[in-house]
Amino acid sequence: MPSSETQRTTSDTVLEVKNVTLAFGDRKILDDVSFTLKRGELTGLIGSNGVGKTTLLRVILGFQRVTSGEVLLNGEPLGRGATNIGYVPQKVLLEGDIPLRARDFVTLGLDAHRFGIRRRSSADRQRVEELLESVGARSFAGKRIGELSGGEQQRVLIAHALVSQPSLLLLDEPLANLDPRSVQEIVSLLHEISVRHDVSIFLSAHEMNALLPVMDRIVYLTSGRAASGTTSEVVQTDVLSALYGHHVDVLQVHGRVLVVTEPNTDTDDLPSHDTLKMD
Amino acid sequence: MSYIFEPGFFSNAPVRTALVMGALVAIVSAVVGVVTIIRSQSFAGHALTDVATAGGSGATLVNINPLIGFITGAVIGSIAMEAGGMKRARQRDITTGIVLGFATGLSALFLYLDATKSANSGVTQQVLFGSIFTVSSSLLPIAGVISLAVIGAVAIVWRMLVVTSVNEEIAISKGAPTRLVGTVYMVALAAAVGLSSILIGSILSTALLIGPAATALRGSKSLVRAVFGAAGIGIAATWLGILLSYDSYYWEPSNQGLPVSFFIVVLIVLSYAVAAMWHRSPRK
Repeated sequence: MPSSETQRTTSDTVLEVKNVTLAFGDRKILDDVSFTLKRGELTGLIGSNGVGKTTLLRVILGFQRVTSGEVLLNGEPLGRGATNIGYVPQKVLLEGDIPLRARDFVTLGLDAHRFGIRRRSSADRQRVEELLESVGARSFAGKRIGELSGGEQQRVLIAHALVSQPSLLLLDEPLANLDPRSVQEIVSLLHEISVRHDVSIFLSAHEMNALLPVMDRIVYLTSGRAASGTTSEVVQTDVLSALYGHHVDVLQVHGRVLVVTEPNTDTDDLPSHDTLKMD
Repeated sequence: MSYIFEPGFFSNAPVRTALVMGALVAIVSAVVGVVTIIRSQSFAGHALTDVATAGGSGATLVNINPLIGFITGAVIGSIAMEAGGMKRARQRDITTGIVLGFATGLSALFLYLDATKSANSGVTQQVLFGSIFTVSSSLLPIAGVISLAVIGAVAIVWRMLVVTSVNEEIAISKGAPTRLVGTVYMVALAAAVGLSSILIGSILSTALLIGPAATALRGSKSLVRAVFGAAGIGIAATWLGILLSYDSYYWEPSNQGLPVSFFIVVLIVLSYAVAAMWHRSPRK
């Protein structure tokens, strides 16, 4: 699946994160972070535990005020609760004994932020059915969401986030706790969505191998600083070794790129932080 | 029919008032109870019954109608709990526990003063376990208005309540005013607890709030259907409880009337046990 990087222009920019710094006292969680996300692209947010991936997503969602810098969505400053962003959180409470059907939950994505009672139009219902079909959730749309498997729940959450037709879809660790088959299915689905719905997708992940064939760009975080680039620019031994703090091999196997880590490698001779800056 | 309905059941004015009041309370408890369970706030609901006890016993002490006291106490308690923080599970438990403890202390004081002031131990029984047959019919209009207000308020924020119960951040990311929604829900919960305190007493009002809703949630295909199911179960338990309590005056050999709250709670527990056995294994 080829990257569409070369076909994109600045007019396709959905999100601009400009020189964002977030500090709590002397501790900088995010330090002068800048990158852009474009329409129709799938961008991975990569970094080890505790580097601030979820915090960065919270900044983009407007949950967290920044110390300095700004975030622009479609050229406009972000407010709290931007309906142009679809969000799939990492933790959801979906217990089997709650009679909330997948179809009903997706429908709630249309107007769950509004007061009052509203009768659904036929256009609304059609939109929900099309989206359920689009994410492959039609066959279990009548089931309680708490009774679905992890992969099925992810499809429902993605449909819920997409039903309001956002220009940006944020997903926090969508591949966590999924079995390998579900990981492949969700990755293929996300790629399909980015192309078919012409939406910018930004997702955080620890495990990048599954995403490598479909990612257009990578934003990586280390020590609070971020650098971004195309997948081919970032997925290199020296860059990834510096990112993870230990030696990482990038291998070509049967035409696929695989990242292999060696956790116990001495890190003294790894590239310095400055070599990571690409934008 | 006379074996089921003892003489004077339908012509008795306090019974008719009790049946109407019972239906109102059952419907409000169903609406609020379903939301309480999906938000995992049953403990908060129980704590509000203790706050309502303080309100009801305090009102009796100063000769105000207990219904006003129950609802005012519960509403103040709900606002205090929401202000103390109800988002995170641990903070919610701590806030609820502190409010519950303080309210129980106040209740102990007010009930003691009630009993010593009037030398009437019936006040304690009335506040804690209800006295539906002594409710004045003049209270029905105000109970009706409160019921409509609660149902309307929950309906207005229904969608936000449902999404918030699944994940609060999803609701916030859509721009939902979750703090306001949480406050509306807590006040609605307080009003429901206050109303049911009149019927089955403040201590047992959790049973009417949680029992029918929990039973209906087990077998329903949607949340809205669960609300209707809970209302049906609540009304059936309440009316049957009133009937059994009335009939118990005629039961030999004691001919001693038994409290409505006892029958209502037994019927609710039975209905939940039947539903639990029916849906024992998780549905796939």
